[in-house]
Amino acid sequence: MTPDLAPTGTVGAAEPRELAQEDLQYLFDALTSRGWTVVGPTERDGAVVLAELASAGELPYGVGVTLAPGGYRLRRRGDRAAFAHAAGPQSWKTFLHPDRARLWQADRDEEGMVTFTGESAPPPRYALLGVHPCDLTAIARQDRVLTGGTYRDPVYGPRREAAFVIAVACADPGELCFCGSVGTGPGLRPDAPCDLAVHEVADRDGVRLLLSAHGPRGAEVLADPRLPVRVPHPGLPALAERRSEEAAGRMGRGLDTEGLHDVLAATLDSPVWDDVASRCLTCGNCTLVCPTCFCTTTEGTTDLTGDHAERWRRWDSCFDLDFSYVYGGAVAPPPGAATASGSPTSSAPGTTSSAAAAASAAAGASPGARSAST
Amino acid sequence: MNAETVSTGAVNTDGANAAAPLPYLVRHRLRENGDTVTLDLVPLGEALPAYRPGQFSMLCAFGVGEIPVSVSDVTPGRDALGHTVRGVGKVSEALCRLRPGEVVGVRGPYGNDWALGARPQDDEDPVTALGTDPGEDLLVLAGGLGLSPLRPVVVQALSQPGVYGWLTVLAGARSPQDLVHRADLTQWRALGEARITVDRPGPGWTGPVGLVTDLLRHAVFRPERTTAFVCGPEPMMRASADALLRRGVAPERIRLSLERNMRCATAWCGHCQLGQVIVCRDGPVFTWKQASELLGVAEL
Repeated sequence: MTPDLAPTGTVGAAEPRELAQEDLQYLFDALTSRGWTVVGPTERDGAVVLAELASAGELPYGVGVTLAPGGYRLRRRGDRAAFAHAAGPQSWKTFLHPDRARLWQADRDEEGMVTFTGESAPPPRYALLGVHPCDLTAIARQDRVLTGGTYRDPVYGPRREAAFVIAVACADPGELCFCGSVGTGPGLRPDAPCDLAVHEVADRDGVRLLLSAHGPRGAEVLADPRLPVRVPHPGLPALAERRSEEAAGRMGRGLDTEGLHDVLAATLDSPVWDDVASRCLTCGNCTLVCPTCFCTTTEGTTDLTGDHAERWRRWDSCFDLDFSYVYGGAVAPPPGAATASGSPTSSAPGTTSSAAAAASAAAGASPGARSAST
Repeated sequence: MNAETVSTGAVNTDGANAAAPLPYLVRHRLRENGDTVTLDLVPLGEALPAYRPGQFSMLCAFGVGEIPVSVSDVTPGRDALGHTVRGVGKVSEALCRLRPGEVVGVRGPYGNDWALGARPQDDEDPVTALGTDPGEDLLVLAGGLGLSPLRPVVVQALSQPGVYGWLTVLAGARSPQDLVHRADLTQWRALGEARITVDRPGPGWTGPVGLVTDLLRHAVFRPERTTAFVCGPEPMMRASADALLRRGVAPERIRLSLERNMRCATAWCGHCQLGQVIVCRDGPVFTWKQASELLGVAEL
């Protein structure tokens, strides 16, 4: 995936290097000279957001975050750490699984013949800088859905493959964070799925970064002669390790996952969900900000001639009332109505067809009903 | 039913854009009834892989949209793929308006099949093409357009005399005018294999009136050696499963095809997720043993 460079393999991938924070721009240069666009955190509108960064100067130095239920505030840190902030309002899926993407285009010629052209533009090559361990886990979750099955997602797959991932161990978890209890952070395991693993250590000696390559692409970048890295100060790896341990001890929350899967699977009808639903506004924001939510819907467009059509995909939320709409209405009636199982075999669709047609017209789009099987 | 175990052993289709359809030509269009047509589709260029009974396509009406539709004709040796479509929404209505010579976009084949993935490996393999033991009775229960995905099951069974036990087709429709695949039903009835019922009889209707499950009372089969294939509106499938269970058919011997809203058919979009199951990937055919607990949950 680094077309212009062969993996060198000569740099000991397991040997960490130390980089001074003041020299982060050299890392930017090493990445951009290899064709990557750096995406990372920056302070904007009272939040740490993820954006394309032109230089290391845009990183949120000394910015921390205070989290509370329904609350998110920036605060000034006592140091100049650039990655010591808990998750913000965005996730990396914005760049790997974009909110809108064209899937294909179709053109109809004068004879009525139609040509479908799948989207094949080269993907943007992002270097994702500052991916926390929780984000890495979320990306792995999206990997499983979008590239781990029979079909490889044509948008996510190429973007993911092209991405250079620079993970940063979390040094300052938020008040609502719980990764320590589920084993996904705050430290970075030696086999963490990234290209470069970074530990940021801020102390009276300034801010130092401990960089480890997790694979040939990371090793190649780390071996760039223009990158002013050095053999780490002898105490630095242990210090980085200790910072992760301390971070684990500062988790605001914990989640007991013992038997959780089975509990959730067995309580689909629990009144707990009614309580959650009673407070839900179905705005869908939770699914949009969620780094693991992957649901999408599709939209068709045509131009004014009617001979050029495009298929677009956009993020969707499973809390949207139309999300699972099927012709004929709700397919899983509430308990009580379920006794309709003794109702007429094939009259049910007939009795609801006009209502369904009206609903369909109101929605302005046809639901993806599997019309062949009812 | 465990999604994790199903999704392993994946074969990534690298390179190809799995979201882009292939152009197919409407070679023949049969009007089944007032709102339903059967389209015979042939590839204009590259053809899709072979379909098995129970699998489905994503059919794309140019400039309108794309919907999942089960195949109603996958007869081996025929180059055309049959899809029976009822016009109930923007896309399905556009598909129903297509005329021979027009182009439709097709993606597929998707999902598992009525045999639940079981296939005879060679002539000695004691599994039938429908994933049953040789000599087992077949019971086909169809409600309305549910007959369309089941049609290839009956065609398959009739093409192999002696392989299966008794075959019984029980089909229901709202009225005689709403019946689909009439030529097939007539033929199957002549063979003594099919019984048809309607909710509302019209002039000239001399057959049974009532539910498919009513027909089941008179059906002759050996419950412990029967596989039931059920497709129709979900209330009909629930009632059928209940009736079959009462007759002694085990839940794992009842197979049904689920209908869900689908956008991608490639297990990316989440629309057809049902608990831990993704219907386009793990289904659409499930056993009642798998489906019963999911279908009983409201708003799942």
